[in-house]
Amino acid sequence: MIAVALKGLAARKVRAVLTAFAVVIGVSMVSGTFILTDTMQKTFDGLFAASYDKTDAVIDGKEIVKNSTTGNGVTVPASLLTKVRALPEVGSASGTVAPEEANVADIIGRDGKAVAKESLGVSIDPANERFSPLAIKTGEWPHGFGQVVVDAGTAAKEHYKIGDKVTIATPGKRAQYTLTGTASFGGVDSLGFGSIAVWDVSTAQSLLDREGRYDTISIAAKPGTPTADLVDAVQPLVPSTLEVKDAAAEADEQAEDLNTGMNYVRYFLLGFGGIALFVGAFVIFNTLSITVAQRTREFATLRTLGASRKQVMRSVVLEGLVIGLLASAIGLVMGFGIAKGMLALFSALGVDLPEAGTVFALRTIIVSLVLGTGITLLATLLPARRATRVPPIAAVREGSTLPQSRLAAHSLKAGLGVTLSSVAAISAGVFASGLSGMAVGLLLAVGVIGLFFGIALLAPRLVKPLARVVGWPARRAGGVAGELADANALRNPGRTASTAAALMIGLTLVTVVAVLGAGMNKSTESAVTDQLRAAYVVDGEEGVPFSADHGNELAKVPGITAASHVRSDQALVEGEETAVTGIDPATIGRFYRFDWVKGSERDLGRDGALVTQDYADDHNVAIGGKLALQSPSGEKKTVVVRGIYDPPVAKALLSQVSIAQATFDDAFPNAKNTYTFLDGDKDALAALNAAAKGYGDATVHTGAAYPKDATKDLSTFLAMLYVLLAFSVIVSLFGMVNTLVLSVFERTRELGMLRAIGMTRRQARRMIRHESVITALIGAALGLGLGVFLAALVTQALSDYEVPLSIPVTSLAAFTVVAILAGIAAAILPARRASRLNVLDALHYE
Amino acid sequence: MSITPLVRPVVVQNGTTPEAVVSARDLVRRYGDGDTAVHALRGVSLDIARGQLTAVMGPSGSGKSTLMHILAGLDQPTAGEVTIAGIDITNLDDTALTTLRRDHIGFIFQFFNLLPMLTAAENIALPLKLAGQRPDPQWLEELVATVGLSDRLTHRPSELSGGQQQRVAVARALASRPSVMFADEPTGNLDSTTSGEILTLMRQSVDQLGQTTVMVTHDAHAAAIADRVLFLADGDIVRDRGPSTAHEILETLEEVGSR
Repeated sequence: MIAVALKGLAARKVRAVLTAFAVVIGVSMVSGTFILTDTMQKTFDGLFAASYDKTDAVIDGKEIVKNSTTGNGVTVPASLLTKVRALPEVGSASGTVAPEEANVADIIGRDGKAVAKESLGVSIDPANERFSPLAIKTGEWPHGFGQVVVDAGTAAKEHYKIGDKVTIATPGKRAQYTLTGTASFGGVDSLGFGSIAVWDVSTAQSLLDREGRYDTISIAAKPGTPTADLVDAVQPLVPSTLEVKDAAAEADEQAEDLNTGMNYVRYFLLGFGGIALFVGAFVIFNTLSITVAQRTREFATLRTLGASRKQVMRSVVLEGLVIGLLASAIGLVMGFGIAKGMLALFSALGVDLPEAGTVFALRTIIVSLVLGTGITLLATLLPARRATRVPPIAAVREGSTLPQSRLAAHSLKAGLGVTLSSVAAISAGVFASGLSGMAVGLLLAVGVIGLFFGIALLAPRLVKPLARVVGWPARRAGGVAGELADANALRNPGRTASTAAALMIGLTLVTVVAVLGAGMNKSTESAVTDQLRAAYVVDGEEGVPFSADHGNELAKVPGITAASHVRSDQALVEGEETAVTGIDPATIGRFYRFDWVKGSERDLGRDGALVTQDYADDHNVAIGGKLALQSPSGEKKTVVVRGIYDPPVAKALLSQVSIAQATFDDAFPNAKNTYTFLDGDKDALAALNAAAKGYGDATVHTGAAYPKDATKDLSTFLAMLYVLLAFSVIVSLFGMVNTLVLSVFERTRELGMLRAIGMTRRQARRMIRHESVITALIGAALGLGLGVFLAALVTQALSDYEVPLSIPVTSLAAFTVVAILAGIAAAILPARRASRLNVLDALHYE
Repeated sequence: MSITPLVRPVVVQNGTTPEAVVSARDLVRRYGDGDTAVHALRGVSLDIARGQLTAVMGPSGSGKSTLMHILAGLDQPTAGEVTIAGIDITNLDDTALTTLRRDHIGFIFQFFNLLPMLTAAENIALPLKLAGQRPDPQWLEELVATVGLSDRLTHRPSELSGGQQQRVAVARALASRPSVMFADEPTGNLDSTTSGEILTLMRQSVDQLGQTTVMVTHDAHAAAIADRVLFLADGDIVRDRGPSTAHEILETLEEVGSR
């Protein structure tokens, strides 16, 4: 039977490949994700290793607040370096200037704008090169005040040559420096997202506000001295604001943090690969069901020759196995291509990732093969069982229809049952309180998958009414071809339904994303409109706070009549890491509308705090209550709650805890702004834009446009989701092509008859095309309907978050058009085949 | 018009004769119930003698195909028993029936029913391979020579003419040397010349190999090669003739058809 199965596949190679492709896409997404994330992880691990490669111990500031965006501002006095060098355990030591704050050394390009989104400014001690992850690539290290070295990637991008003058903006100063060389970081030309400017130590200290100080001291132990001893020796010298750490441990810790982050990305992407695989399984199930039905006589003959049911089962399962293996192998290779493609895409979007060797782990190969083959086998099981039910008597003409599967009679009950229990599961996951994240995820996943199966079971009964609606254009405007197409779709509602169901899955998810996205966009926009009244808004690039100096400069632009700055950073409030804003009580009220529950910003005073209603409820705080605050630099303050307000949850512009700006600037070492609100006349816009051109970290928006601008990040995220879901839609396209090709094959004689009685080739093509579009539209109707339903459920559950149910009619219309186009595209191959039939041969076809 | 009574089989203790490969007793096949029931067979009994070619004839609706399907174990009778090679097949489960098909039954179909992706040689050897047996190359060679396909062995069915395909089918049916070979309208899809060739082949297999054969046909020329011709009408056996000419067969058909 093995030979029979294999030869069967070989004889129908094109069909086998088309079937296999349903799974290829899903497997390639899975393998591509692994390869991409593995490569990125290895690259970053490599960078961390390079940073601490020849270092045994590191002295730097204690990290009090983990996620501070402005740094702890603690520096290491140069005197400490002298003391450390004097220790017998120390082989060599060197200090480095490398401020944690973002964008302290923006390289300004010829167009006046910063060349990179982020910038780093560091020092190099050529005598102690070993401690730096930087290595000189061309030219030499800078000596003296006027010289700089730049990372090789930026130099290449901006076409800098050695000897060129490079303009760099450091805090409070913008000057030109002579380029003496280019450097690589950890063996890599570019850190991707940022530019690196390198000065000698004294220059860096003066430019970056580190006179007489360093950010870190790197130490190498004398050969033969264990790192633990080194650390013990240095420990007593280190004041309480600093700490000394084992460099290797430090590197591991940083790598660990990155790996956790990378895992989130990995599982997120794998989820979409899983969806594509799920749709692929559906398509394989559908295709195999059709081919089994078409091979009824073949299976029956085998049974009359003495094949047992087990042998028949094994032969079909073997076919599935071969298709699965083939698909997995192709998918694996394609995944490699996708990973490379993604890296190129990042590059095109301006995020140059450090290039390192692509990681093709054994795990990737095994998981891809197992998943792809396993899913295919699972999808094969049911059709294989149907094949065993073919009675031997079907070998003679009379009895040659496939017996109805035992389930078919109960499909209505089963369909309703599965659908209702799935809706119950989803509702439980969405509405029930007190469930762990994992339980919710499980309920939702099982519920949604079950819902798809349930609808697929019910779909055959929905085909008739749906086809009546979506087939109307075909019937009216399609002529005979359209009418026949409409009738054909109803002929085998089960088959039409399962083909449409594959498309339904992708479209449901896309619709859910669209509807929820529209709701979130709306709530964000109205939240901003409710809170903000300003002619102009300045915010940080990608949510990262920008320099207060930039904010002040913009406030001084001619035409600006009023300004209010908002500082922000993470701090420990009552021991818990919380975002804290610093506002100016005198000016904030003009721009920000507080929805007061109690008190007002005028009561703020130097030691006051404003908290949101949610914060007050969660932490049991009332007016007059005291909050202990600790900034990233360790500075402690106690603030008294003087006002409670209730901002819109969707996008609160201020953090849960706000204090007076003067107090903020006092406590936080590198206070930066999240917003600067400005009032002024229309003409000020040009001046503002001109001033902000050189700022890499801040963007100017008009107050009218800001509600929309604030949703930009969300829109980008939604677009990415659409792309990821598009893969699943493509898989279902393959399913539609498969089904159509098989059905044309099946109807060869009938098509021959139609042509013989006068149907033209064009009419035949149109008939097939109409069938395809009708099927696709049924899938769209099911998908859009289901998607809106699910989105409505989620919206209801999110009612606390004030997300409205907003149906994006344009998007939904677009999806319908996409479905129609998909139908037309899927019909191209089968329609050609139908029109090319040799009439005489077709009439005699058995 | 007097009707020749049904042949009474020679009955022995357990209901089969030592010469009868296939035996049927009081076969009834009814579809549906009550007033709308269709009675395809109304109590047919017969014995198929070893080493003979028995033809079953009748107009359409006579029940001849139904009879063959039941005799061959493809269908279950509403009442009655069938025995093949001494085994009561009436209530056998699927596994046992499968074994039976491997060891005792061969088939020839009207539409050849060859597997399109296998060559002629592979099609012929298929029943043996399914049974897990290694085909005896000498026996296969003899078979192939007998049916006259020695130069066509590596061809697929699509590369063979109708007659050649049916010859492959005959070889396939004979390959496992079954106790009985059932042929369902073997010449139904062939022209008269090719039909003649196939019929000669079938006659040869009976004479030279002693292959017991049951053939259902509406073709008088086909029935003319048989050792015994049974005529069915309306679910009953109405005539039982020995070797007959095509002319005699046609006359009998007319006779029973006008009832």
